[in-house]
Amino acid sequence: MVTAPATTTGMFDLHDVSVTYGSETAVAGVNMHIPPQAVTALIGPSGCGKSTLLRCLNRMNDELGNVKVGGRILLDGVEVNDRSVDPVELRMRVGQVFQKPNPFPFSIYDNVAYGPRTHGVRSRAALDGLVEDSLKRAALWNEVKDSLKKHAFELSGGQQQRLCIARALATAPEVLLMDEPASALDPISTQQIEDTIAELKRTVTIVIVTHNMQQAARISDQTAFMLRESMERPAQLVEVGDTRLMFTNPSDKRTESYITGRFG
Amino acid sequence: MKASTARVKRARAIESVAKTITGLAAFLVVGLVLFVIGYIVYRGAGSISWEFLTQPPRKNMTAGGIWPAIWGTMLLTFWTAAFSLPIGVMAGIYLAEYAPRGTFTRVVRLSIANMAGVPSIVYGLFGLSLFVLTFGFGRSVIAGALTLACLTLPVIITSTEEALRQVPKDLRQASLALGASRLRTIVRVVLPAAAPGIVTGSILGLSRAAGETAPILVTAVAFYAPIPSTVFGETMALPYHLYIMATQAVKPAPHIVWGTALVLVAGVGIINVAAATWRSRQRSKIRW
Repeated sequence: MVTAPATTTGMFDLHDVSVTYGSETAVAGVNMHIPPQAVTALIGPSGCGKSTLLRCLNRMNDELGNVKVGGRILLDGVEVNDRSVDPVELRMRVGQVFQKPNPFPFSIYDNVAYGPRTHGVRSRAALDGLVEDSLKRAALWNEVKDSLKKHAFELSGGQQQRLCIARALATAPEVLLMDEPASALDPISTQQIEDTIAELKRTVTIVIVTHNMQQAARISDQTAFMLRESMERPAQLVEVGDTRLMFTNPSDKRTESYITGRFG
Repeated sequence: MKASTARVKRARAIESVAKTITGLAAFLVVGLVLFVIGYIVYRGAGSISWEFLTQPPRKNMTAGGIWPAIWGTMLLTFWTAAFSLPIGVMAGIYLAEYAPRGTFTRVVRLSIANMAGVPSIVYGLFGLSLFVLTFGFGRSVIAGALTLACLTLPVIITSTEEALRQVPKDLRQASLALGASRLRTIVRVVLPAAAPGIVTGSILGLSRAAGETAPILVTAVAFYAPIPSTVFGETMALPYHLYIMATQAVKPAPHIVWGTALVLVAGVGIINVAAATWRSRQRSKIRW
């Protein structure tokens, strides 16, 4: 297994973060630390703002227009919403994997090479190296090394999702955001994605949104529970802490009833 | 119980009548097309010869070929594409990817809908006053092509916009999340994925323009002209040749009329079938 150079960067600090769509505040008052080279899981019922909060971290909310992010979001101490921060650079450092596998209608190779090419890598040798390295880190290399020219749509759903992970890794991000990356996959593919995450967290900070509490318990080091108690009020962060502690001894009643399956 | 059985029977009878009537209408369409094409082939096939396809008319248009008209139509269509494709595709991109919801976008959409509704002879008149007279192009390939481009633009814009909208949002998101700009996302990801739809829509629009008579009647064509040496020369064209031979010929030459019709229909037909085949090939490669 190829390992990227060990880094100690890729750490987020959120201070009083809020997200407002038009006149509606969807998320408010989020304070949390996201430690580097660890898996942080965001859990909570549908519509509790997990994905919205996730998209703040790579400023994908910018693309929606009409969205205002308040508070402070620091990546290694630098405010990501600062005017001096270019979203292009930010997204090189903070990659994202989406809910549904969304490979481009290109070959496997061109999918992985898209990010590096976007950022100016032209040399064939450098691209070959990045493609191989990224596919290895996403645990897909052995299955596709002889068919890199094959169209990405010929892969199975699980393979496509690992291709999307490889594509995100190719720009050497320090953080990987994953928005329910296994929810559209079968159990075996889910298992493979979880194994990949376990391997990746040695080099990359991972923030994963998941509906699946067993999954959060299995793969994450830290868990954050979010909840929107009524449509009149914005969603908030109920509790954040060590995953094992939270699942064995939650400090908030609402967390306890959610993880024991009383609602959601 | 009995009443309801009768009702079910009645409903079934009505259903089968409806199926028959709608089926007949569909069959009528197929029959009509087969009849039109079959009749044109029947009347025109005898005129088709190497000479007919490659020589200019002779003996006061009663003999010889229609090569200048074939070439003229190809020339007009080429320049129509050259003018309308870049503007049409770019306007389609603006509407699908950039246009904010607002008054300006509404006005643009309304204009396109109106553009599509204007009768082609009105475009001819417009082309005459703007391109032929005001711009001083005279009756010429360029004036005719610009007029035909106005006619084709709404088709190209609409098919571009629709093809772009069919590309899933997920792909745009993936590209943006990799740090690609909006423009790079459009050029490298969205446009290639939408290309089959854009190309087929555009070809259908252009083949429609290739068969138009009214817009070129007053802007580009002549009864008899040699192959123009520049785009500022007047030209012959298949639809106009057909019109003039069918209605104003000095001596009627029906074999030339039907031969011309066959060449026009075959040319447009081949291009349309090629476009449809290419698209279905691309479609089977790209699925979401």
